[in-house]
Amino acid sequence: MPQKTTTIKGKAFVLGKNIDTDQIIPAAHLVYSLEDPEERKLYGKYALSGVPDDESGLPQGNIPLTKEDATESEFNIIVGGPNFGCGSSREHAPACLEIAGVKAIIAPTYARIFYRNSVDGGFVIPYESLEDLSQKVHTHDELEIDQEKQVVKNLTQNEEYKIRPLGSVADIVSAGGIFAYARETGMVESVNS
Amino acid sequence: MGMTLTEKILAKKSGNSKVSPGESVWVDVDVLMTHDVCGPPAIQIFQREFGENARVWDKEKLVIIPDHYIFTKDKYANRNVDILRAFAADQDLPHYYDVGTDRYKGVCHVALPEEGFTRPGEVLFGTDSHTCTAGAFGQFATGIGNTDAAFIMGTGKLWVKVPETMRFVFEGSKLPPYLMAKDIILKIIGDIGVDGATYRTMEFAGSGIKAFTMEDRMTLTNMAIEAGGKNGVVETDKITREYVKARTDHPFEEFKSDPDAEYHSEHFYNLNDIVPMVAKPHSPDNKATAEELEGTELTRAYIGSCTGGKLSDFRAAAEIIKGKTLKIDTYIVPATTEIAKGLETETIMGETLIDIFKNAGCKIGRASCAACLGGPSDTFGRLNEDEICISTTNRNYPGRMGSKAASVYLASPYTVAASAVTGTITDPRVFIQETVI
Repeated sequence: MPQKTTTIKGKAFVLGKNIDTDQIIPAAHLVYSLEDPEERKLYGKYALSGVPDDESGLPQGNIPLTKEDATESEFNIIVGGPNFGCGSSREHAPACLEIAGVKAIIAPTYARIFYRNSVDGGFVIPYESLEDLSQKVHTHDELEIDQEKQVVKNLTQNEEYKIRPLGSVADIVSAGGIFAYARETGMVESVNS
Repeated sequence: MGMTLTEKILAKKSGNSKVSPGESVWVDVDVLMTHDVCGPPAIQIFQREFGENARVWDKEKLVIIPDHYIFTKDKYANRNVDILRAFAADQDLPHYYDVGTDRYKGVCHVALPEEGFTRPGEVLFGTDSHTCTAGAFGQFATGIGNTDAAFIMGTGKLWVKVPETMRFVFEGSKLPPYLMAKDIILKIIGDIGVDGATYRTMEFAGSGIKAFTMEDRMTLTNMAIEAGGKNGVVETDKITREYVKARTDHPFEEFKSDPDAEYHSEHFYNLNDIVPMVAKPHSPDNKATAEELEGTELTRAYIGSCTGGKLSDFRAAAEIIKGKTLKIDTYIVPATTEIAKGLETETIMGETLIDIFKNAGCKIGRASCAACLGGPSDTFGRLNEDEICISTTNRNYPGRMGSKAASVYLASPYTVAASAVTGTITDPRVFIQETVI
């Protein structure tokens, strides 16, 4: 389940602009069951496997999100350029990032459906940065996101960046997804009730 | 202040007399569509959240159209269809179009209009980003994820942030003979960028739009998502009405943008000023004219998908291909089984489209999404290596058609056909002048 904490600390994985959902999880891999515990791990294995090698893990490149044969990543905060998550509506995209161990994304702008899927499914928190941090943060940098203060601290480079408040989706994020939110607000009765 | 077409639909369906951009509203859903990629996980979330024995909110309003991974030996992909089949049987769903039966349709975005589910004034959600295609019918139609789809399955409702509207006004009375709707939408996406309409509606209007067939309009609205748009929409007219009424008896309500509606921005295009366009690798907004890219070497051509696999798309391609031998492997994939039948009955100077393609050496696939999005490795037409493909599909991000090593150019059926004839990117005006019919 998604975390309700307002501080997320972790290692950054940096990507460029227009990272589309085919790069996040190529279509050939959309067939595994998200319900089956073993098949589910394959989404972690193939998360971001469609990103061209030299653009994976910037600025150096050629760094996969998950190492060969691993299903979980050492990186848990993704820093992306503008229009993150463009392309198809596949919810497997934010889901595979969560399965790989990613907690949050920081990008200046998102494609609408990816942003919504991230929030409504409670997979990862999509933070919006005021500037394109993919030009500043390096893969492996240690970051700390403080949601309340709306800042990201780069502990490696000793820098601080602003993020926007979550705004109208904050309640859904804090509930842990649209179902939890709808139950909290009485829109949907409890399961099996 | 008046409202736009999209705002009017969302107001009506949320029980408000007025809605404004930025406001979040809960709307009643008229149609929920899902397919074989996102249907199974959506069903699993529905059952997890509402209970194993939960019933969908309205079985008349749920449409399930398997189309993405159909003709493959991939066991997981086949399992997805099994899950849909079992769910449709268990829920007694009347609108399930099973593979291997006479009901099988093919690509959902083209099948929905064929089956009368794209009705003006309604709200359609689908677990596929190209659900925005249905906006061609004056409907509010947009793509959603599995969780949102599961939520609708249980409640019949979904929250929507009311989008601002960008208005694209076409001046002119008809499309020039060498131009297709695909050229126009590639030009627009090239102008505003792949995030140029993010969170917004793209409304296509003006005198020019009246000259567009329903299939032309569907090509425009289909690619609204390629500019980040929430939905694309075209006001209804006689053409819309005739198409819809020929497909369904279901009543519908038509809305139009008010003359004093407020738009985010207005963009004007004269149809006569636009020339055949191409999106270069690896982004739909990486625009060039076909003329600028003349001579670019290709290894493959692909004509198909919800964007470029309609009957009018094949007719256009056949006009150029007729009587010629092609220089590169050319794949033909009709979007639906109805279109596949059309290839056998539609003729140009007495020769059927299918014969034109076969005689030119094209490889013909069965109705489905096929290689548009890669898919399992045995998918028809999939790019498995460093192919350089020109395609009528809608997306050319790295790896989209199956291989990160491949390069995909997007273009109209005219341009793809002309390029297939020469083996290099070719402005179709070279052939249109010879063969205008």
